[in-house]
Amino acid sequence: MTATAKSMAELAQEYGLKPEEYDVIVRRLNREPNAVELGVFSVMWSEHCSYKSSRKHLAKFPTKGPRVIQGPGENAGVVDIGDGQACVFKMESHNHPSFIEPYQGAATGVGGIMRDVFTMGARPVALLNALRFGDPSHPKTRRLVAGVVAGIGGYGNCVGVPTVAGETNFHHGYDGNILVNAMCVGLADADKIFYSAAPAADLPVVYFGSKTGRDGIHGATMASAEFDEDSDEKRPTVQVGDPFAEKLLIEATLELMASGAVAAIQDMGAAGLTSSSVEMAGKGGVGIELDLDAVPQREEGMSAYEMMLSESQERMLAILKPGREGDGRRIFEKWGLDAATIGRTTDTGRIVLKHKGEVVCDLPLAPLSDDAPLYDRPWTAPTPPRRLEPHDAPAPEDYGAAVVKLMSCPDMASKRWLWEQYDRHVMADTLADSGTASDAGIVRVHGSRKALAMTSDCTPRYVQADPYEGGKQAVAEAWRNLTAAGADPIAITDNLNFGSPERPEIMGQIVRAIDGMAEACRALDFPVVSGNVSLYNETNGAAIPPTPTVGAVGLIPDYARRAGFGGLKAGDTLVLIGETHGEMGASLYLRELFGREEGAPPPVDLALERKTGDFVRGLIRDGTVRVVHDLSDGGLVAAAAEMAMAAQVGVTLNATSHPHAHYYLFGEDQARYLIGTDDPGVIISKAHAAGVHASVAGLAGGTAFASEAGLFDIPLDVLAQANEGWMPRYMG
Amino acid sequence: MTKAAVIVFPGSNCDRDCKTAIERSTGAKVDMVWHQETALPEGLDLVVLPGGFSYGDYLRCGAMAAQSPVMREVAAAAERGTAVVGICNGFQILCEAGMLPGALLRNAALKYVCRAVGLDVVNGQTRFTAGYAGQREVTMTVGNGEGNFFADETTLDRLEGEGQVVFRYRDNPNGSARDIAGVINIKGNVLGLMPHPDRAFEPELGSADGATLFQSALASA
Repeated sequence: MTATAKSMAELAQEYGLKPEEYDVIVRRLNREPNAVELGVFSVMWSEHCSYKSSRKHLAKFPTKGPRVIQGPGENAGVVDIGDGQACVFKMESHNHPSFIEPYQGAATGVGGIMRDVFTMGARPVALLNALRFGDPSHPKTRRLVAGVVAGIGGYGNCVGVPTVAGETNFHHGYDGNILVNAMCVGLADADKIFYSAAPAADLPVVYFGSKTGRDGIHGATMASAEFDEDSDEKRPTVQVGDPFAEKLLIEATLELMASGAVAAIQDMGAAGLTSSSVEMAGKGGVGIELDLDAVPQREEGMSAYEMMLSESQERMLAILKPGREGDGRRIFEKWGLDAATIGRTTDTGRIVLKHKGEVVCDLPLAPLSDDAPLYDRPWTAPTPPRRLEPHDAPAPEDYGAAVVKLMSCPDMASKRWLWEQYDRHVMADTLADSGTASDAGIVRVHGSRKALAMTSDCTPRYVQADPYEGGKQAVAEAWRNLTAAGADPIAITDNLNFGSPERPEIMGQIVRAIDGMAEACRALDFPVVSGNVSLYNETNGAAIPPTPTVGAVGLIPDYARRAGFGGLKAGDTLVLIGETHGEMGASLYLRELFGREEGAPPPVDLALERKTGDFVRGLIRDGTVRVVHDLSDGGLVAAAAEMAMAAQVGVTLNATSHPHAHYYLFGEDQARYLIGTDDPGVIISKAHAAGVHASVAGLAGGTAFASEAGLFDIPLDVLAQANEGWMPRYMG
Repeated sequence: MTKAAVIVFPGSNCDRDCKTAIERSTGAKVDMVWHQETALPEGLDLVVLPGGFSYGDYLRCGAMAAQSPVMREVAAAAERGTAVVGICNGFQILCEAGMLPGALLRNAALKYVCRAVGLDVVNGQTRFTAGYAGQREVTMTVGNGEGNFFADETTLDRLEGEGQVVFRYRDNPNGSARDIAGVINIKGNVLGLMPHPDRAFEPELGSADGATLFQSALASA
């Protein structure tokens, strides 16, 4: 680095530190830091690593519950799934890198989230992803979709973890900043969870995995800044992934853990060697001394600064128990991994780095975490839009055309083109995936009758309209999707994607969305156990739609008692569970058919949500129903059409008593499910006994998707072609 | 008790699936054999080369695995008449090792493809397919980026003439020549196929047709 040519204060700014943050460093150290030390501070205090803008508000999330073993603060959350087993999961964004270099950005996002999970001692068993792209007509969109999908598949397929579920949206609000949120779910023994805190001084610090190169330097800093028209120049800050190395790393790590040699372990993710060593020593209340000459290096002449800031992928840092380095050597050799003892823990409370015989960094650890900036940024409360009145949303001129258009719009169209590129079946425990008519991915707990249900949800147009209600809805929809599969919802991981927190109106979105999510989590006993915050998703001052993605996991005690929405048979009745007022605000109907993005989103009555969901889950559990679909985007029409297409059987929806048929058909009222049954009487009487609203919505049979009053009558194959056709046609 | 071995390369990722599938569908004892072993366990009735990315497969799929120490032993076992099945990456390895004719190229659509496929059992007389007992169509899933079976026309004619084409796709997912999904060697004891019987061994997985393949292979032992 050319630190000599610049003052440290100038360099600090270049590294993304604000002048006042630099002043704090100088005060704490009683001196100016050198360039390496400044690098360490700048990444540890980046938004990405320190959560300095969001920490205050994240504290509102409920994080405890009877099943929670480990909440936020470790590499991933851990929940108890009974029988001495635990489920470990987390979702994380890789937005900035994926926009700059879609294949590698998405691939390393998948790799990074898997490392977070196996670092805790869990074998990854499922992957999910939540993708938001710009408008399909934007010149960059097609290339970004192709690259991101290939990257996700290229990495996950090779490692051999099934990608079972996800969501994909398109909106011009993401033209300049796409979102790539990846989630990994793993399984571990509840009494064999591994943590990052170094337990004692004088233990060996062992590096293993790929060699360190110059890639990804300052990636965490890049992910903490907005884009401008020069963002393509940031390509060198994007890391390059090697899924084969990851596969070896998983096996070696789990074998090392099983050998009993590991005292503490941490992957090298954002901010690489810096954050892993600082966190391990800091959390353990010890010190750490590293000899950087011992670090396996891919390139010659790397400086201490480059080694500490590199975000080269597929690397781990472990603190081994005394005398166990031999176990490590044997295992690393078996798996052909580079490894070296690069230092020891100390009792000094300091991080000391040596390079070529000189001390190049000597910092007290406490200020790196304790004095990390914490901002209570000013925010302005968003003004909720007005609730739409009857007549605000016009009826379609042609219902049939409207249904076809809705079911073939980019957000609703089948995403077969992309999920067929993901291996969804490896590990041979997948019971439901993106190719299954199911509201959640379902994966068996290997060798048992239990299964995990998982989903990823957010409706950005609701959050945009009203962050508080939209935040509630994201949590409620995830809970509903798990319920519709027959699972007990356990906990969530949140991935909060927003624009710049330095703008009060964006900060207002963040604060209110978190408030809404936290309220829903409390009301549904659905704690947050891990998460990630991605801010500064904006380009030239235009922020993305606020997108707090919820990844959620639930437990199915016996997978014979689960549900999907594909089993409809001719003669079955569709029973609509829940109340329909006809909520048209912020609906897909208004946006896709009239180009109108307006109105208040459907309110979420959390008590009603819970009562309705518990009722539906009860029906699945006692074997009464196996065909269940939640209602969300596109309302009743979309849910019924998906059920008809999945089963390849026609459906005729009832004429409605609602004064405006289109409100009934397309409204997006929450807390609703559609059940397919050959015995509607028993379901309706059970519903009434439970105080839950239920009514007959239609009948299955024939070969058309139609309505009783003749509002529409669409041959099923025409509808299916429209639904399946958009994406392959778009991708060419 | 019948006995099977699953060969484990560093990047195998269907090794456990194969073990589970064989155990649950046949009750056989299954040994996992590391790729650096220079001897196979005694008394094997079946050797399975599982799917995955044996050595990362950044060059040609299966090319490096075909040169690994254990493959000499697998070839010797095949010479002695032991049944050998290569699934997906395992099929690629068998082709690269010269134990089966043809090669697996990049999929015609240039994309990885994962989907359920209907297969015609073209030859129900092999030791791997006898259990299908006249069942003409079976369902399994594929998951591959390089599953496009290729051989020259003469070889393809010969394979068809000798009954060496064992499975054919009903709706070709990857561009394979003459819709070929699985082939057997002339001796009838080495089978390679791209679809995964190891992901289709129980109804919950969408199909149990794969179980029959393992049952047949071990029943004839």
